[in-house]
Amino acid sequence: MTTADAKAYGAVPQEAVGLDVQDHVDVADYQTIGEPYVENAKMSARNVNVYYGEKQAIMDVSLDIGENEVLSMIGPSGCGKSTFLRSLNRMNDIIPICRVHGDIQLDGEDIYGSGQDTVLLRARVGMVFQKPNPFPKSIYENVAYGPRIHGLAHSKAEMDEIVETSLRRASLWEEVKDVLDQPGTGLSGGQQQRLCIARAIAVSPEVILMDEPCSALDPIATARIEELIDELKERFTIAIVTHSMQQAARVSQRTAYFHLGKLIEVGDTKQIFTMPRHELTENYITGRFG
Amino acid sequence: MSKDTFKNTELIQASLKKRYARERRFQFYGMLAVLLGFAFLFILLFDIVSKGTPAFTQKELKIAVHLDPERLGVEATADAEQLQQANYNAVIKASLREMFPEVTSRSEKRRLYRMVSIGAEYHLRDRVVAEPSLIGQTHDLWLLAHSEAAGYLKGQISRDTPEVERKVKDVQMDWLDQLRDDGRTRSVFNTLFFLEGDSREPELAGIRAALQGSFFTLAVTFLLAFPVGVFSAVYLEEFAPRNRITDLIEININNLAAVPSIVFGLLGLAVFINFFELPRSAPLVGGIVLSLMTLPTIIITSRAAIQAVSPSIREAALGVGASKLQTVFHHVLPVAMPGILTGSIIGMAQALGESAPLLMIGMVAFIMDVPGGVTDPSTVLPVQIFLWADSPERGFTEKTSAAIMVLMGFLIVMNALAIYLRRRFEVK
Repeated sequence: MTTADAKAYGAVPQEAVGLDVQDHVDVADYQTIGEPYVENAKMSARNVNVYYGEKQAIMDVSLDIGENEVLSMIGPSGCGKSTFLRSLNRMNDIIPICRVHGDIQLDGEDIYGSGQDTVLLRARVGMVFQKPNPFPKSIYENVAYGPRIHGLAHSKAEMDEIVETSLRRASLWEEVKDVLDQPGTGLSGGQQQRLCIARAIAVSPEVILMDEPCSALDPIATARIEELIDELKERFTIAIVTHSMQQAARVSQRTAYFHLGKLIEVGDTKQIFTMPRHELTENYITGRFG
Repeated sequence: MSKDTFKNTELIQASLKKRYARERRFQFYGMLAVLLGFAFLFILLFDIVSKGTPAFTQKELKIAVHLDPERLGVEATADAEQLQQANYNAVIKASLREMFPEVTSRSEKRRLYRMVSIGAEYHLRDRVVAEPSLIGQTHDLWLLAHSEAAGYLKGQISRDTPEVERKVKDVQMDWLDQLRDDGRTRSVFNTLFFLEGDSREPELAGIRAALQGSFFTLAVTFLLAFPVGVFSAVYLEEFAPRNRITDLIEININNLAAVPSIVFGLLGLAVFINFFELPRSAPLVGGIVLSLMTLPTIIITSRAAIQAVSPSIREAALGVGASKLQTVFHHVLPVAMPGILTGSIIGMAQALGESAPLLMIGMVAFIMDVPGGVTDPSTVLPVQIFLWADSPERGFTEKTSAAIMVLMGFLIVMNALAIYLRRRFEVK
């Protein structure tokens, strides 16, 4: 189906497209289009199924995140992309009715294995949330909290060093270096989100998960975060969930398109946005629904 | 179309007047309710304060006391122990007779003696023991007036009342007038009220024993109920699995909050006093009973406060790798603390004003000695108020109101402390 054909679809009501979509996806042995696996995988998920009580939110998803790459996950609301992201650092554990089946590995180790500790896992796989959520403590304390509970700094000087480096990497240092003792909640929305990024990188994680980090921010703050993500990929592996297709196109190397709990298509960002192979992907990126 | 729009505007305008009138009426009712509330509060406070204020002053009479060693029954060179046992009562009586030589009949003499408090002889004794050189001399000494005489001097008893209906008779009033005209009466601040325990004599009765009893009782209550309540709330809210047992516990806690307080008193009597044989009338048992009563309040409000903490803070803490315990203690509890403190202070204020369960465990006893610890027999402020309100002597009326003022002061101090703590947590 070409783009022109997709445009012709415009006459069809959204609901009809939705129904049509469901027929497409509910094939039990649906095969993801594109190449979900990479050679230098940092994290790899195989046949992951996530349930909220009776409801299945993720259906048989297999996907790799390569070392030092930015993988973006896009898809309409309720498609399961956030759920998938949260299962990567076992954040779903705090939801009592949530069950995760399948195999997710970090550096070849099963993160749902019996020997795996969630505290250690979350120190290695950090997270930035949709809404900026700094602790109601000082800016310094926000950044220092992670290193402190993990015992990463042995002196005040070392801690100062960690705080400064983290804030510099989050390109927030220049703005807050004189007000480190002020509460983090007093910053602007964009600054708060960068503070949360600084907090996440202060414990030197290997992977950073970002759950729509810019959805509560204005375009200028968004641009700064996007620049930041570009710099951070030198050191970290990043998986980002976003609703903005421009953002996915700008910051990521690979893009995965989710729909109703299935991974429909995955591939190089450029390819996904210029030559989508599945009609659902095409409909979504051309703004037909979502 | 434009015609319709015009019509709609007209209709809306017509209804606006009505709507605004309704709003103004509602505001007026609201204001009326607030004013009415304030009026009642003002009447209550005014009544208590106006009745209670005189209790904070005492009347003293200046009597020329001749410390005759013969009457005292001691020698001029007596040691302290002998001085302790000397007959000061006789000296005071003789001095009064000397000041009013016209008094001869037995009944009049008795009335004369009744102007000075029974406590005066003990105060005089302490004075003489401290300064034995006074013996043999005549000094003008200020002696504590009897509560009836003080009542007249304070203007609480009028001559217009028929003589049979009042305790202070005309002849006593004449003597008191004479003393006042000679400048031999004075008002002093009632330090006894804050230093002594209860007494049968209104002028000697003090609030100290009840105040200290309340303090010890509430200390026990707080030390038991606060940690147990907060940790129960934390466990039930953060760690406990959701199942039938926790549901049952929750229902029971809610029901416990609605149990009449006297039932807790019966439980205290049966379990702590009869079974565990803890001391009767002691703040320890009172505190345990009141903490049982306060626990549900603290648990329920603490759970609500913990629930109200935004989940994003929990996620943030877990996201950087904090354990569940660290998340709760570093982030959830500090944020919930103001709410927990508010709940606790409500529970503690309830406990402070409670008398029914304490009656059951014997804290209604007549306690003269100030308790020194949680196992000493004592009473508490509300029970003391109840006891004084029940006393027939005129002098206890003002004491009752004064004790209520002290109780309210205690409450204000407690609340102020809680608000101060809450502010500190909020700033952080």
